[in-house]
Amino acid sequence: MISISSYVIVAAVLFGIGTLGVLISRNIIILFMSLELMLNAASLAIIAFSRELNVIDGHVFVFLILAVAAAEAAVGLAMVITLFRNKETLNIDRFNLMKW
Amino acid sequence: MNLDAVIFIISAIVAVLGASMMIFQRNPVMAVLSFMVSLLAQAVLYIQLDALFLGAVLIIVYAGAVLVLFLFVIMLLNLRTTKELGPSSSLMRHLGKYFLSFLLIMEFVFIIKSSFFKGASLVGVMNMKPEGFGTVTSVATLLFTKYLYPFELTSILILVAIVGAVVMARKDKNIDRPTENKLGKN
Repeated sequence: MISISSYVIVAAVLFGIGTLGVLISRNIIILFMSLELMLNAASLAIIAFSRELNVIDGHVFVFLILAVAAAEAAVGLAMVITLFRNKETLNIDRFNLMKW
Repeated sequence: MNLDAVIFIISAIVAVLGASMMIFQRNPVMAVLSFMVSLLAQAVLYIQLDALFLGAVLIIVYAGAVLVLFLFVIMLLNLRTTKELGPSSSLMRHLGKYFLSFLLIMEFVFIIKSSFFKGASLVGVMNMKPEGFGTVTSVATLLFTKYLYPFELTSILILVAIVGAVVMARKDKNIDRPTENKLGKN
């Protein structure tokens, strides 16, 4: 059997890759997917801890996180469509209307 | 090395590789497909952690619905040039960002290894699970008793998300009309 700590390390690595994706990507869709990846990494850590402590509450948390992520994806992609309609691009460097 | 360890190592590598391929892709469709591969590997990890129901839900909801929504939007937008999108080729400009992310991962690993799991080896022993851990029955029992109010509130959240998405993505006719008139005059 694999110990729980290695699952948590995999979750940490996935979270770090998601952070890197948010920092370096210029396509807003890929940036958005990196955010989803970070959410998934957190879910994986919650499930690992839930298995370690033998409480099922973590599974309910992850279930709710999945519902929130689906709702967030719908709203976020609607915002992406609106942005693309106004700016004709997905490059996040072009979305600088509020830049001072 | 037993079968569990082999499955864990393969799916962990696939999850990490798929995620890193996702952030380095220039083509957004390929990025979505790489993320899908990563999600399938994560579902295997869920099932190894005895979260059987959530592993199935991850595949159905995430890989099946959310990522297909991403693909729909990418195909709807009709991207002409992908040259200026994607990470820039110059590594030196992003060196600080790579270093920061690496530092973040190292920090996490250090904390995991030092505090809660002090002395835990990579291949250790999981404690015994209670009967029926992670099945649909056990999750649903908790979801409909202890966490009933958060569950019901989620339905309101999804309703708000539906209305918000429709309102935001709809073409605003009040904005379109003046430009049409202007074009007609000219």
